[in-house]
Amino acid sequence: MTRSSSATEVRGGPVPGDPLDPDAAISIRGLMKRYGDFVAVDGLDLDIRRGEIFALLGPNGAGKTTTVEICEGYRNRDAGDVLVLGQDPTHGKRAWKAQLGIVLQSGSGESQLTTRELLRAQASYYANPRDPDEVLELVGLTEKAGVRGKTLSGGQRRRLDVALGIVGRPTLLFLDEPTTGFDPEARRQFWSLIRSLRELGTTMLLTTHYLDEAEALADRVGVITRGRLAEVAAPSVLGGRETAPAVVSWIEDGVRRTAETATPTAFVRELAARFPGEVPDLAVARPTLEDVYLRMIGERS
Amino acid sequence: MTTTDQAALPSLPQVFRSRIGVELKEFFRQREAVVFTVMLPVLLLVIFGAVLNYDIGFGVTFTQYFMAGIIAAGILGAGLQNMAISLATERSDGTLKSLAGTPMPKAAYFLGKVVQVLAVTALILAALMLIGGLFYGVTLPSGSEWLTFAWVSLLGAAACTLLGIALSSLARNGRSASATVTPIALILEFISGVFFQFSSLPHWMQTVASLFPLKWMAQGLRSVFLPDALAAKEPAQSWELGRVALVLGIWIVIGLVLCVRTFRWQDRGTT
Repeated sequence: MTRSSSATEVRGGPVPGDPLDPDAAISIRGLMKRYGDFVAVDGLDLDIRRGEIFALLGPNGAGKTTTVEICEGYRNRDAGDVLVLGQDPTHGKRAWKAQLGIVLQSGSGESQLTTRELLRAQASYYANPRDPDEVLELVGLTEKAGVRGKTLSGGQRRRLDVALGIVGRPTLLFLDEPTTGFDPEARRQFWSLIRSLRELGTTMLLTTHYLDEAEALADRVGVITRGRLAEVAAPSVLGGRETAPAVVSWIEDGVRRTAETATPTAFVRELAARFPGEVPDLAVARPTLEDVYLRMIGERS
Repeated sequence: MTTTDQAALPSLPQVFRSRIGVELKEFFRQREAVVFTVMLPVLLLVIFGAVLNYDIGFGVTFTQYFMAGIIAAGILGAGLQNMAISLATERSDGTLKSLAGTPMPKAAYFLGKVVQVLAVTALILAALMLIGGLFYGVTLPSGSEWLTFAWVSLLGAAACTLLGIALSSLARNGRSASATVTPIALILEFISGVFFQFSSLPHWMQTVASLFPLKWMAQGLRSVFLPDALAAKEPAQSWELGRVALVLGIWIVIGLVLCVRTFRWQDRGTT
């Protein structure tokens, strides 16, 4: 058993030389992919546990989509080992594909079919599909059931892509930037959809540029820069967030003041003693996931 | 394998039925495709039939001659042009990539396309013969001529479909597919005896045309629509039906090999 398969562990992943974990939803060791002289993935090691939501974060060109598309069976790797649901994706047959749901970054194309017809056709490829009308309800497209795919708006099309990805009742769902083009309300709806899929036991590999999304959804996040994983951890502890100094800010003599402190409670108590009533505009902030993320990718590029 | 507790995947015939439905709806709901592929040959027949109904010998009108050619061109449109453009479009808008990620058997995709081509072809041929017969006095095949008509059309459709699939990989993306394929089809139509009598073309043009399937499709169909006396005007002074079958058969093999070797589920430069 590898060190990373402990369910309570919140930080760290496999290191080079660890054996593949055949029980993991996805197990990757020493993954390499080059496009000409450009090294897109440069020795990546990662285990994704069954049942978890894992978010892969990283700047454009860091190797997120390449890694995901190798796992989906779309791209061949130059070196390394990959197991997805216990199988090498290069040789994935129908029975293996039937366990996957894939929401591609590029979407699923234009169509003259209505959204309901598209979902029915997609469902017909799977052994035990979800009911297309229930899926339309889940993604909030019920009113658009009779509308042709190509006339949907950008956000509606993305929801249709998600619907097509989950109609086959996947064990493992890949979501490559699923909420691009969503308005804030649609994004919240999407989050609750993802949470209900998690309750049904679906493992999810998510790539996103929205750090609030990763924080809201992911059990663990991995930050990828220049084709390698910089760190894997629960969002709350990524980059030492939980022990990072807090920043206290308030207004005193008409000037905004800030202080970094490892003991914010004691600091605020002292502060409160200096003021007769409320401390004006008091705020205590921990570094956000975005602060930590930007620092991590800044350090490495 | 963790599939033991799962229900069986749908059978090929089940997925096949589903794909046929998808392909027929995709075609017939797209107005441009219907107009371009089905209406264009019909309109050309209407125009040519009204303007060029002169006698080409033995009391046969050019319209009778043109019927064989425009049917061959219709098959070319439904097979080669339609396949090349629709496949290139589906490849660049992500439809093919999405399908490749599902457990849909790939054979079902191609079977769906074949049925679409056959349905569109049947519709074109029926419309052309109906209008030609009713309004332009075109004599339709009779007796064993139907057999020749059927095998020339089917072999031609098979060759065109396979070459269309192969050509779709030549186009850089969906938008450039139409620009790549339409001129190829148009030039073939001009040099293969569709718009002009083949015997009136310069010898070198006839030679070039005989390398490609359209000339042989039109010639095989002329044997159906024209009296045997007019076979004397053909390059070999006969309909050469054996050679028609041979050349179309060779193009089917070439098309199949090209398809297998060049077919991609994604645009170039993406893997």
